[in-house]
Amino acid sequence: MMFVPFLTAGFPTPSLFKKMLFILEEEGAGMIEIGVPYSDPLADGPTIQRSSIRAIDQGMNIRTVLDLIKEVRKEGLKVPLVLFTYYNPLLQMGLEQVAKEVVQSGFNGVLVPDLPIEESQPLKEALKQYHIPLISLIAPTSFERIEAIAKQAEGFIYIVSSLGVTGERSQFHTKVKQLVQTVKQFAQVPVVLGFGIKQKSQLGSLTEDLDGYVIGSALIRIIEEIEQELRESLVPESIESEEFQFQFLERFRQRIREVQQ
Amino acid sequence: MMQSLQWEIDLGNGRFGPFGGTFIPETLMHAVKELEEAYERIGKDPEFQQEYLKWVQEYAGRPTLLYFADQLTDVLQGAKIYLKREDLNHTGAHKINNAIGQGLLAKRMGKKKIIAETGAGQHGVASATIAAKLGLECKVFMGIEDIERQRLNVFRMQLLGAEVVPVESGRGTLKDATNEAIRYWAANIEDTYYLIGSVVGPHPYPTMVRDFQKIIGLEAKQQMIEREQRLPDYVIASVGGGSNAMGIFYPFIEDHEVQLIGVEAAGKGLDDQHAATIAKGKPGVIHGSYTYLLQDQYGMIQPAYSISAGLDYPGIGPEHAYLQAIGRAKYTTITDEEAMDALKILSQTEGIIPAIESAHAVAAAIQLAKTLSKDQVILVNLSGRGDKDMDTIHRFFTEKAKGVAKE
Repeated sequence: MMFVPFLTAGFPTPSLFKKMLFILEEEGAGMIEIGVPYSDPLADGPTIQRSSIRAIDQGMNIRTVLDLIKEVRKEGLKVPLVLFTYYNPLLQMGLEQVAKEVVQSGFNGVLVPDLPIEESQPLKEALKQYHIPLISLIAPTSFERIEAIAKQAEGFIYIVSSLGVTGERSQFHTKVKQLVQTVKQFAQVPVVLGFGIKQKSQLGSLTEDLDGYVIGSALIRIIEEIEQELRESLVPESIESEEFQFQFLERFRQRIREVQQ
Repeated sequence: MMQSLQWEIDLGNGRFGPFGGTFIPETLMHAVKELEEAYERIGKDPEFQQEYLKWVQEYAGRPTLLYFADQLTDVLQGAKIYLKREDLNHTGAHKINNAIGQGLLAKRMGKKKIIAETGAGQHGVASATIAAKLGLECKVFMGIEDIERQRLNVFRMQLLGAEVVPVESGRGTLKDATNEAIRYWAANIEDTYYLIGSVVGPHPYPTMVRDFQKIIGLEAKQQMIEREQRLPDYVIASVGGGSNAMGIFYPFIEDHEVQLIGVEAAGKGLDDQHAATIAKGKPGVIHGSYTYLLQDQYGMIQPAYSISAGLDYPGIGPEHAYLQAIGRAKYTTITDEEAMDALKILSQTEGIIPAIESAHAVAAAIQLAKTLSKDQVILVNLSGRGDKDMDTIHRFFTEKAKGVAKE
């Protein structure tokens, strides 16, 4: 089952973000979601919001994210990457332009959490020319929409495990097992589960039906924790120093191994 | 009067030209579809319409007065100014019309809990009021900045039994309270009704809120004909999200001899901090709707500013974006300073202290009236009363007096 980590682009710093991508690839990520920091992230909980604000303060936006990914591709990152962004930044760039740049930067898919199938046609068309899939989400409240969404799905289907926003939870929605099985009936593409997952072990018997699982907020929290630990133990070192980054990435690698258990 | 208010419901495809739509997370889609279906079915029911009418009359106190501001008109020596006195509604603003409509709808849908977002507190108070009356549980999301500015309204909501949820994310104003209300709604979608306070948000809210507010324009039109045997030359209303303006504009849209003017907050100036969404914004997606909004080149939503906590919203109802695009309504701007001057003039000529939101419309009317002849007529929507703004008004004039003293 594929491990799909989520990182907020440019968090905690652009250089650490880039290095973490390589570690995730080495540690077996099957695909990585890259979140474009946004001013008003409606679908995100407090952890991802916090990381977005910090990244925005360091100059991150749709433009700089595309550029950063272009750089890591040049540096040899091979793992498939999915652009996770709200719709407005794409609209402002222009959908045709977005499609072109998404390919040029080296993204392999696009996921827009505030774009239900009813509104997704213009972006889907633009991306189609470049064979880039627009990923669909299915929620526990999707009910009678499941079949329609699943049938038009491209790339993979992202099932939202819980109601509400992103963030770690101790329990999934009560009907998540049934939801996953229903989606599987109609899906012609892989199915991954996200929202609220801290660690693979939490999935239990759900793994039987899933092709992958997304870990987002938990990773952001791990990054915050490592940063905090190092700030306490490496007082004079700046976050940009070699020593800080070395220690940071070692701890990050360790934690990535843990969440996959 | 207005004994047989009836409205046709045409939800169409949820678009006003290119504007509107449903740009929301999948988790919310079922709820807005359910709402669309419920509004179409229940809203059309003559019994429901009668019930709404009874409530706005017997509970809110409609019809509100159409008041000829004779003293103000005399001072300006120009067009006649009429005020549609929405400030005389129960709870002090037009917001109650919509809260009643959606409250009754939520009840019929079998919902027990409602949530609302509020900036100036007027919508929060209206929601808390109707929740109390209908026996619904109510949470109101409010930015911490606005909680500070509108302490009295916070207390009113609490007294009415609502829980005021402080929102710290972002800048702690209406935009952030709206984000947080949407997030909460997504997490509690199975039993919670989201009572949106303006003609904004995903379809069907802009249409539905306009339908509940258009009673303002229907009454005003009829009252104007009774008083002047004609329609006004201009209808002026302030615009934040734009519900009071849509409410008074809508019944006049087919009357092409009537010019519709929406007034946005220019704050400290259009090159400084402001909330002038149409004047300075660009089309994009905010809170579920494609409309004009204040944003940077990368599509990040920019904070809006106005001295009025009711106008500092970076978006605008999609139907306003459409009326502007087709040229049916014009949108102008008024600064903090101009609004506060108008507030003082209206207070001292008519003995009516308007909400700062409404003072923006009054200011635009004052500027316009001077350029018109005495046989022309301006209708201003006085959307709310100034009681809630007393702290802000007091601070503004005290600081202004100090500034003058220094000079």
